[in-house]
This record gives sequence, structure tokens and C-alpha cells, in this order.
Amino acid sequence: MDDLDRALINTLQGGFLICERPYAEVADRVGSDETTVIARVERLLQDGLLSRFGPMYHAAQMGGALSLAAMEISPEDYERVTKIVNDQPEVAHNYERNHRLNMWFVLATETPDAQQETIARIERESGYAVYNMPKIREYFVELKLHV
Amino acid sequence: MNAPNDCKPLDETDRRIIQATQAGLPLTTRPYHAIAEQLGVEAADVMRRMQRMLDLGIIRRIGAVPNHYALGYRANGMTVWDVADDRIDELGERVGRLECVSHCYQRPRHLPEWPYNLFAMVHGKTREEVEAKARLIADVLGQVSRGTDILYSTRILKKTGLRIGS
Repeated sequence: MDDLDRALINTLQGGFLICERPYAEVADRVGSDETTVIARVERLLQDGLLSRFGPMYHAAQMGGALSLAAMEISPEDYERVTKIVNDQPEVAHNYERNHRLNMWFVLATETPDAQQETIARIERESGYAVYNMPKIREYFVELKLHV
Repeated sequence: MNAPNDCKPLDETDRRIIQATQAGLPLTTRPYHAIAEQLGVEAADVMRRMQRMLDLGIIRRIGAVPNHYALGYRANGMTVWDVADDRIDELGERVGRLECVSHCYQRPRHLPEWPYNLFAMVHGKTREEVEAKARLIADVLGQVSRGTDILYSTRILKKTGLRIGS
């Protein structure tokens, strides 16, 4: 990673313009040119230093629902329940965590009802309770990862 | 945080734009023109609709999502706190402003199994670094926090982008 990569990662975390030549505008800000910026962003994505690049949509404001849910799974059932949870297309991310509640996943559904239906399906198929923790409030967070 | 009630719902063209861009923007000199061409609509219309979605908060922002893990932040801790309900909004805002916090939410408790109602994601290169940052959060919360824990992810079981259906 060189200075241009770092400048791009720091600059691109927000404020990409909606205009005809937005990469040229970014190039101006980081002191490069449009072709180089596009090639670098492509490489940062390929190398996995950026997970994605584009618009971040707000699920709730599209009428959808987003939630975080957790389960406490016995070790002997962990792989079986992982498969049940991962097989739900509504499950976007799923992590094993070092806690009594040892499985944590994000549910993204088109509607709040669909969220409840997915949770009921997971509980029915797995035999374990799902602790649903939809956000009550989101606190302001600045975009500030500096590399 | 919610959109105004009088905002127009998304129409079919908006939804097609969302579907065409939720995996990412085209990496070409004129990305919005590329989307327009793909969808068979005017570029000016794509830009106007995306600007409206940005203004309404349907698009939170347009930009890059850094991969903390690949950038060397290998210890990603979900710090959780049991904060008195009558103080949580004020303190949640202050925790969200800390340099080390990337996400900050109030979520429901599930007593007795889960007493925590404030979640703050902290990224560090080591667990020691995450723990040092968690102490900064503890300083902000003071006596108002009645309990805390740090959960680390030990395995990624599934990771896909968020998608809406067609």
C-alpha cells in the first residue's frame, strides 16, 4: 500500500459525488488523475482492502428491516445450526463470538414481518431460541478510519 | 432518524437503480452514465434520482467500505454496556464521537441472559488495543454503566452484501 492507496482509502469513505466525472473530482483531491484513481480503486477492491465501493443504502428507509440477532448453541449442535441459519437468504452476516451467546447474525428483510418469519423459521428448525436485538437508536458515528 | 412521512415511496425505476448499484458503482469514467445505459434510462434521471435518495437518507452515503481486517485491524471487538435508560441517549452520542468507535447502537436487553443495551464496535490491531479503547468508553460512561463485556468474532460463518429482492 503506498501513499496514493492510503489517500484514496481516507478520502473515499464518504462524499463521492453524483456528477458526470466523479472519479476525476477524486483525482483532484488526492493529486492524481482519473485513470489512475479508477485503476487503484479496482485494485483495492480486488486485494480486499476495500470491501465495497458505491452507495450505502439504508434498509429501513427502503421499507425493509435490519436486525442483529444472537443464539446460544451447544457445541455439538453448532455446525447443524450454522447451516440452518446460513441457508436463510435473509441472513447477511453470521459470526461466531466468544460468549455464551455464541452465534451473532444480521438479518436483512424487505419488511418487519419477514424478519419475524425468518426468526420463527430458525427457531423451529433449530430448536433454539433467537434473541432479536433490532436497533432502538443509532448514535452518530463519524467516518474516520485513517490508514 | 426516519425519513419524513411525506416522502414519495420508491418507484420501479428507483428500485432498478438500487438493484443495479447495491453491489457497487461501475469503475468507469462516467459511472452514472454506465448505470443509465444498462437500465435504458437517461443519465440525468439516474443522477437526479440518486441525489434525491441521498437527500432523503435512503442512500446513507456514497463511498468505500474499508476492510478493517485486511488493513491490519485484526481484533474487532463488540463492546457492550448496561447503561441506565434515562442517560443512554446522551452518553450514546458521546461514545459515538470517540475516534475508536465505528458503530454505536442502542439495542434491547434480554434479561436475564443479556443485560446490555449499548453496543459500540471497536477496531484494533490487537486485543490489548481494543481493551485500551474500551477503557476510553468506560471513562465516558463512568458509574452510569453497570456492566460491560467485549465480544470478539472468532469465525466468520457467512458474509454477503445486503440485498433487496427483485
